[in-house]
Amino acid sequence: MTERLTVVGNGMAGVACVDEILKHGPKFEITIFGDETQVNYNRILLSSVLAGEKEEDDITLNGLDWYEQRGIGLRLGVRIVDVDARAKTVLGDDGSVTVFDKLLLATGSAPFMPLIKGADKQGVFTFRTLDDTRKLIEIARSGRKAVVIGGGLLGLEAARGLQARGCDVTVVHLMDTLMNAQLDSTGGVYLKERMESLGVRVLTGKRTQAFLGNGTVEGVKFSDGETLSAKIVVIAAGIIPNVELGRKAGLKVNRGIVVNDHMETSDPDIFAVGECVEHRGAVYGLVAPLLEQGKVLAATITGNKGPRYEGTIPASKLKIMGVDVFSAGRVTETEKCEIVRYEDPSLGVYKRLMVKDGKLEGVVLVGDAGDSHRYADWLRSGADLSSRRRSLLFPEPGADRGLDVAAMPDHETVCGCMGVTKAAVIAAIHGKGVNTLTQLKECTRASTGCGSCAHLCEQILKAVAPGFEEDQKKALCTCLPFTQENLRDIIRSQRLTSVQQILEIYGNGHGCEVCKPALSYLVDVIWCGEHEEDRSARFINDRVHANIQRDGTFSVVPRIRGGVTSPDELRRIADVAEKYHVPMVKITGSQRIDLLGVKKSDLPKVWADLGMPSGQAYTKGVRMVKTCVGTDFCRFGTQDSTSAGIELERRLEHLYTPHKVKMAAVGCPRNCAEATVKDIGLIGQEGSWQVVVGGAAGKKVRKADLLITAETTEEALEAAEIFFQYYRENANYLERTYDFIERLGIEKVRKQTVYAPEPARKALLDRLRKSKALAQDAWLERENPVHPTQFVNIQPMEAVIV
Amino acid sequence: MKWIRVAHVHDIPLREGRAVEVLGREIALFNLGDRFVAVENRCPHRGGPLSDGIVSGGMVVCPLHSWKVCLSTGAVNKPQAEACVETYPTRIEDGVVLVQVDPAGPAGYGNQLTMTAMPQTSGPNEAQMSNAVAL
Repeated sequence: MTERLTVVGNGMAGVACVDEILKHGPKFEITIFGDETQVNYNRILLSSVLAGEKEEDDITLNGLDWYEQRGIGLRLGVRIVDVDARAKTVLGDDGSVTVFDKLLLATGSAPFMPLIKGADKQGVFTFRTLDDTRKLIEIARSGRKAVVIGGGLLGLEAARGLQARGCDVTVVHLMDTLMNAQLDSTGGVYLKERMESLGVRVLTGKRTQAFLGNGTVEGVKFSDGETLSAKIVVIAAGIIPNVELGRKAGLKVNRGIVVNDHMETSDPDIFAVGECVEHRGAVYGLVAPLLEQGKVLAATITGNKGPRYEGTIPASKLKIMGVDVFSAGRVTETEKCEIVRYEDPSLGVYKRLMVKDGKLEGVVLVGDAGDSHRYADWLRSGADLSSRRRSLLFPEPGADRGLDVAAMPDHETVCGCMGVTKAAVIAAIHGKGVNTLTQLKECTRASTGCGSCAHLCEQILKAVAPGFEEDQKKALCTCLPFTQENLRDIIRSQRLTSVQQILEIYGNGHGCEVCKPALSYLVDVIWCGEHEEDRSARFINDRVHANIQRDGTFSVVPRIRGGVTSPDELRRIADVAEKYHVPMVKITGSQRIDLLGVKKSDLPKVWADLGMPSGQAYTKGVRMVKTCVGTDFCRFGTQDSTSAGIELERRLEHLYTPHKVKMAAVGCPRNCAEATVKDIGLIGQEGSWQVVVGGAAGKKVRKADLLITAETTEEALEAAEIFFQYYRENANYLERTYDFIERLGIEKVRKQTVYAPEPARKALLDRLRKSKALAQDAWLERENPVHPTQFVNIQPMEAVIV
Repeated sequence: MKWIRVAHVHDIPLREGRAVEVLGREIALFNLGDRFVAVENRCPHRGGPLSDGIVSGGMVVCPLHSWKVCLSTGAVNKPQAEACVETYPTRIEDGVVLVQVDPAGPAGYGNQLTMTAMPQTSGPNEAQMSNAVAL
């Protein structure tokens, strides 16, 4: 008869262990109890769900079909409250009694609740489960004051998540050093500064005494008498192993359920794995150890006893966008150890290695964790570092920041969360025909934890897999092996303000016609115009603010806002056309007047004579806003589309965008100016405006999606501005709004723009206004050229007589 | 052969080019930081002004259809074509760039005869082409 295996705990440890057990063949009839009502999900990504970066579905590890296909009985929402080790039964809180032959306890841990008065008040939460996360999402509102008790990994991630939802967040930490289990005091200071620069307030060395309020929390009182008002309190003060069932089963229990190297407890038929166990005196709250434990346990329980679990060197990474923190191994100094340190306060980078007898004992990285896998490997392998002393803190020459995957040893770990080595990745590629990152994730689980190794996985796939295909995301170009999303992070976190800097540090040093204009755009938008402008990195159109034609001459399109001009303007345009012998004057499809065939050296004079601003027809920028005649003259107009279009143009003109942005405003749904096929369209109707985005009428035709219906013209304009800035900050260079919206989905775009929390919307508008304040009409360079020879053909200094 | 003083070193910004007419030839003069280089200012593809191109290491990318021309040899690097542009020796004297030109040489341009192998359709890179198209 098949033995019955009962598993208590449907979390990452329990399910991963069952997965390992199944690899040994069908030995058991398995039942899993989970007190949450969820299938197994990735708990370490809850902070990403809280921050809105991931949806609930994204973090599911094993769907119901996974259990079904394997014939596993799944009992969700049932908490096991007692174990009778002699009768070999477990008792559920629903009154059910289940018999087992073997029992696996994977009960995990529970949030540690420090003794603080008033912790039972409404509005005080823990942050451990998907349910907790949902409650927090429910209550988090923009402007709401939140206090997080605990400045460890979880507390900081919770703080950032709440902040992303618009809350005004303060982190309160009992110790003087943030993440004191993982960081030394200097590292803590760097982290604190980083968090504060993101807008999260941090109080250290502060003991919380009581939660104030009548039934519902209203504030927090500290032991020094100070108080802080708060509508939301999250307690993230640590975790304690759930050992109660172990005690009831009569197992040996210290801090956790005690297990030996074979993962056996003191009872031969009862096993334990994960956060609830104590092995060689250590209790782990991380993913990697529990996976290793699961493998050993699976061998033991299936009668293949042999492999030993010998403990894990703890390694942790903070998963907050823009805050790189990595810590592994020992933190506190031991006798005779040497500390090798690097810090740069203005970059916010801090690296500290602890070396003893030529071997790495511990590592702390704040602000730049790019080399973390190298250090993690040195720790695991106990590599002798004496020959590497000169390159401990930086990649070895030619190693290209650790990206050279060929030089990476096979035993080196690629994915620290799931414990996948380079050899395992390569085996999957050759043995299972893995060609994409998605397939690799399914096959090896690599990169399904925190996801920070995705880039490395892709590098290996690229190098080894014969049919490598990139998953959507593509590197910008071969000069620079990063996606635009990565590059934005790099530019921001490393505070890079010039194209050449980026190319020299992260690329091949010289760049090309693909990456240089893209990087020029990125530094401009990220620093809101406060970048170091380098015209050599711009396409010729953006060097001379005109559109190069097939014969090397240029076209000039003056800005005529909303398409509304005057006899005087038209006269000047006509005069210019005659004076400079412009071969063609053309009214274009977008209500513009184009003067074609102007010589480069005439451009400044042409602009001066026109006395009109640049229409940005030559660049990835804001084109003129096409309008209909609106209410002034039209019999049908319901909204003043002409004024609205002109105002929209004034608010956005002279700014640069990932690709050109065409806009239109129409006064009624007859849509005479074709707003439904523009990047941004305002469609007037009785009493309101529809703001639509992502339309196209070029190579492909796409009807724009509704962003929002706004009651007033001001609201409509603001919605357009918010979307405009969001597109500027998040689209890839050369990605039109319609591709951008199809990539993200209009729902996500709406959620992150017009339906985003007030602070997020305000932040977008603030950055737009900041950029706008620095943007000026490019044609003013006629008076102040960026270089004396910007528009001139050079004449030789000597006349040559042949 | 004749050395002609054409421009001050400051006349050409770092990693940019400028057109200069010398003895009836239009020359594109580039400042590569460590040296100045001079090539005929006419892309072998459709005659685009190379002086307006983006510099990519030791190459310039024609602004019209993104042909890549090596600034040291004048050879077209992308697409693989046999065409090339004429190159001219340069040197610097007291902050002035000199270009060596043969006064008796052909007033016309480089190896145009080899252009027979050129594709007649538009350039190699549609995406880059859109850079040059405004509407």
